[in-house]
Amino acid sequence: MIAIDRFDEAAFAIMQQAAIDIPEDYRLGIRSMVDGETQDLSSFVLKTMLDNWEAASGDRRPMCADTGLPRYYIKVGNDASIEGGFVALERALRHATARATQEVPLRPNRVHPLWRTDSNNNVGINAPEVEWSFEPNVDWVDVTTVHKGGLFGTDYRMLFPGDGIDGIKRFYLDTLVAFGKRGLCCQPAIIGVGLGGSKDTCMQLGKQAACLRTVGDRNPDSKIADLELELKDMANNIGMGPMGFVGSSMAVDCHIEVGYTHTGGMPISVHTFCLSSRRATARVHADGKIEYRTDPRWFTPYMRRDTVDWSAS
Amino acid sequence: MSELKQVRLSLPATAEDIATLEPGTIVFLDGVVYTAREGVYQKVIAERKPLPIKLDGLSNVNFHCSPAASRNDDGSFNVGGVTATASFRFSKWMQDWLELTGTRIVIGKGGMPRDDYKNILAPMGAVYLTTVGYGTGALLGRGITKVRDVFWLDELGIAQAMWLFEVENFGPFIVDSDLKGNSLFATHGDQINKGLGALYKGLKAPALRRYGETDNREDEVL
Repeated sequence: MIAIDRFDEAAFAIMQQAAIDIPEDYRLGIRSMVDGETQDLSSFVLKTMLDNWEAASGDRRPMCADTGLPRYYIKVGNDASIEGGFVALERALRHATARATQEVPLRPNRVHPLWRTDSNNNVGINAPEVEWSFEPNVDWVDVTTVHKGGLFGTDYRMLFPGDGIDGIKRFYLDTLVAFGKRGLCCQPAIIGVGLGGSKDTCMQLGKQAACLRTVGDRNPDSKIADLELELKDMANNIGMGPMGFVGSSMAVDCHIEVGYTHTGGMPISVHTFCLSSRRATARVHADGKIEYRTDPRWFTPYMRRDTVDWSAS
Repeated sequence: MSELKQVRLSLPATAEDIATLEPGTIVFLDGVVYTAREGVYQKVIAERKPLPIKLDGLSNVNFHCSPAASRNDDGSFNVGGVTATASFRFSKWMQDWLELTGTRIVIGKGGMPRDDYKNILAPMGAVYLTTVGYGTGALLGRGITKVRDVFWLDELGIAQAMWLFEVENFGPFIVDSDLKGNSLFATHGDQINKGLGALYKGLKAPALRRYGETDNREDEVL
């Protein structure tokens, strides 16, 4: 059984790490874009972001003061056991959120949607969100936090099979141009595209594609992988760079996730994970040991299964 | 890459200094800046509450932002960083706010709606500076030397309260608009718009339209 205080420690540590340290895959992605960016202003912005990440890590201060909406993704090993159960774990996550808000500090962003009341700790009704997944044949628990911006860069549309890849490309461009102007979505971003599912699954998959996969990662379906690369290039050929200035840097990468959907429909969602792509993961082992990393490894073969049964082979 | 022009401004900024700012110039600030966004505007302009402090002579720089800050046990503040929020949402309050406070530099994210530069900011002798990135929270956090004051903290919360920061070498910011009403976002947007038609060429429109949808690529979402 994993002692609950291990989760207090792990959740706080990843909140801090996510807020302060840019994940290396994203940093390297931006650094390589600096060389390809021929426009003065766009290039200046990218270089300033590199400076900002260095300042954040050096001073141990948040890289961006807009904390976004801090949330958690939990992957529970099928053989894991948690002291106090899942309710205790959710409590630990809420505590870590409040503690990180005070101690890092993070901006208390979470308010009631109508009364605008702010408890100054990023905790409230349905906040932070906690999404659960499972993994067969292991006894660890992965705790991932993501602090994604909450205002711009996401859209959803119901397309139909007849709209085809054209429809996907058009909506993808619509979303990137709409939110890329003036840099509202804080590009260059990791772009996540959700295809299929029901409306909520479509949104969920796209968001997870943006936030839970690393730069350079490809979908295991080779045709989807090709489409990811095509959409990435398409974004970087809009003629737009950071802040909506003339340039060629919109997408650090593009990730697509799919879900089986209504036979008559092809819903799509597009999400942008910004210049402060904040994610961090802790694996809490059965013996209480904690390992930290920046790759959530969320989309396992089990997550993407298409069969009725799952064999452990 | 050619070198971008850089200037350092003492605050409150003089009319002469503001007149020399050209779109695309990099700016660093020394002096006092204050934060005000929807919470403060609502209070002062809509509810007609008096300003909690006389800004005249102290600060003429309104930063659309909120700090990542927490209150220490001794009542002092720990400010980790500040990051701007999108300014276009505050357009409806700007005219009244500039008149009331004498603010001459507005800092934020993404600039103002195009017409505001010529109709509101420039006639008031005011310019817009944009933060970089966005999200140079750590660099800007380094530039804050002291929290001089904070108002309406309990009522509005940390994100919406009115903060007065003493700053040194605070930046970088990029000049977006000048006193003629020119805007960097507008000129870059125009240039990018020219290429958008080619990008969509050959991509057929989806079967189901969205109500109110337009194919005018020069449109903005603000």
